[in-house]
Amino acid sequence: MVDAVKLSVNGVAVVVPAGAMVSTAVAMAGVSAYRRSVSGEPRGPLCGMGICFECRVTIDGRAHCRSCQVVCRPGMEVRTDG
Amino acid sequence: MADRDFDVVVVGAGPAGLAAACRAAECGRSVAMLDDNPRPGGQIWRNVPKEAAAWVRIAERHGVEWIAGARVFDVPEQHRLAVEMFDGECRIGYRSLVLATGARERFLPFPGWTLPNAMGAGGLQALAKAGMPLAGKRVIVAGSGPLLLAVARYLKKHGVDVRLIAEQAPQAAVVRFVLSAGLRKLAQALTLRAGLVGVPYITNCWPVSAQGREKLESVTLRRADGRTWTEPCDYLACGFGLIPNVELAALLGCRLSRTGVEVDGAQQTSVENVYAAGEITGIGGLELSLVEGEIAGYAAGGNPDRAAALFRARASHRRFADGLERAFALRSELRELPKAETLVCRCEDVTMERARACSNWREAKLHTRCGMGPCQGRICGGAVEFLLGWRPESVRPPVLPARVGSMSR
Repeated sequence: MVDAVKLSVNGVAVVVPAGAMVSTAVAMAGVSAYRRSVSGEPRGPLCGMGICFECRVTIDGRAHCRSCQVVCRPGMEVRTDG
Repeated sequence: MADRDFDVVVVGAGPAGLAAACRAAECGRSVAMLDDNPRPGGQIWRNVPKEAAAWVRIAERHGVEWIAGARVFDVPEQHRLAVEMFDGECRIGYRSLVLATGARERFLPFPGWTLPNAMGAGGLQALAKAGMPLAGKRVIVAGSGPLLLAVARYLKKHGVDVRLIAEQAPQAAVVRFVLSAGLRKLAQALTLRAGLVGVPYITNCWPVSAQGREKLESVTLRRADGRTWTEPCDYLACGFGLIPNVELAALLGCRLSRTGVEVDGAQQTSVENVYAAGEITGIGGLELSLVEGEIAGYAAGGNPDRAAALFRARASHRRFADGLERAFALRSELRELPKAETLVCRCEDVTMERARACSNWREAKLHTRCGMGPCQGRICGGAVEFLLGWRPESVRPPVLPARVGSMSR
């Protein structure tokens, strides 16, 4: 059982506790704007439970993933557009 | 994942879903339990505390098939769900279906509510449980309902600097509710309060705006007597009660009431062999969710006698739910929170002024795209229901955004 997971957010390496969600990794990378809204506002997580879609990011090239519902895996590449 | 068929399929793995799956499996049925989260437990039992683990063990012992990270986005034909996962999709067939899709927070728009780090109360707690480092951060908890206290307690226990809790309901209503809720709930409330020594709980108080450049820096609060002040903070945890997640039930054609999905004594909806349990039948808390789940599970599993034996327990928990709704009713001043330029729909950036110019939600959708973004009105819907009295008119598949490949089968 690994107790830490290393992945990258916008090219920067981040180490998170095992079981942490991608939303956590993004915050730990110091990013507060997970995306830009249609009029260009910075946005971050609101509901924390997969309803609001505000925390969506690109994971390993797959766009529009809700970062609050995906568990971090070693080597994941996460991109925000905030 | 390959297509599968089961006697009973349970959608949602919170307390109601877990209880339903366990009881149906105990009746000897083949049971699948789906949830869009990676772990069972739902929101209240996120990270599977001891109470949840006991149910998970029962489910495992009785062979309940646990399907994680699964989102039901359509019901393409009778008795068959279309399900999408992170890296695939499948169809899952059922004889009986138990809907236990839970609830979400109601958010009300005010200037600055879209800033990063302004979140839901349950929202911030969920992120904290997902490993978000918050120790030492200054947090204001605001909105309405018992959830605020539970969230504040959780955050404080994990080293967060909880500055204050702002509850919009009047103090008299809150006190009356706690005293009428019975000894067990009273004890729970006192324990919660004891864990919050030094954190002001201010009733008759609500946030009127949030300020910050690229992220939240401060929140302005107002008391009913008009006193207004600004508190610097790192996070806002703000939710105005809970609303049931009824979209899948509506797609199945289940009749809805003002408070959730309508059910009969056996938790069956207006659609035969489709049951509903927990918060989607009306907000009532953990104990009511569990007993409704057990009843639905026994009924779906074909054991109506075991179900009927639990009706009395359910009735007493329902009285608590009624008191909850009365005590934390939203005050009318909150309708003045959004200014003309405040965004109501965060997906499509629709302002209050543009939404208010429409006479109903259908018109707003057509003219402004309010409620037409990825969340499909799940966030702004709770707001416009309270602010403008609009109710959703219809639900269409896909009930969640899905990949073209998943839908084109």
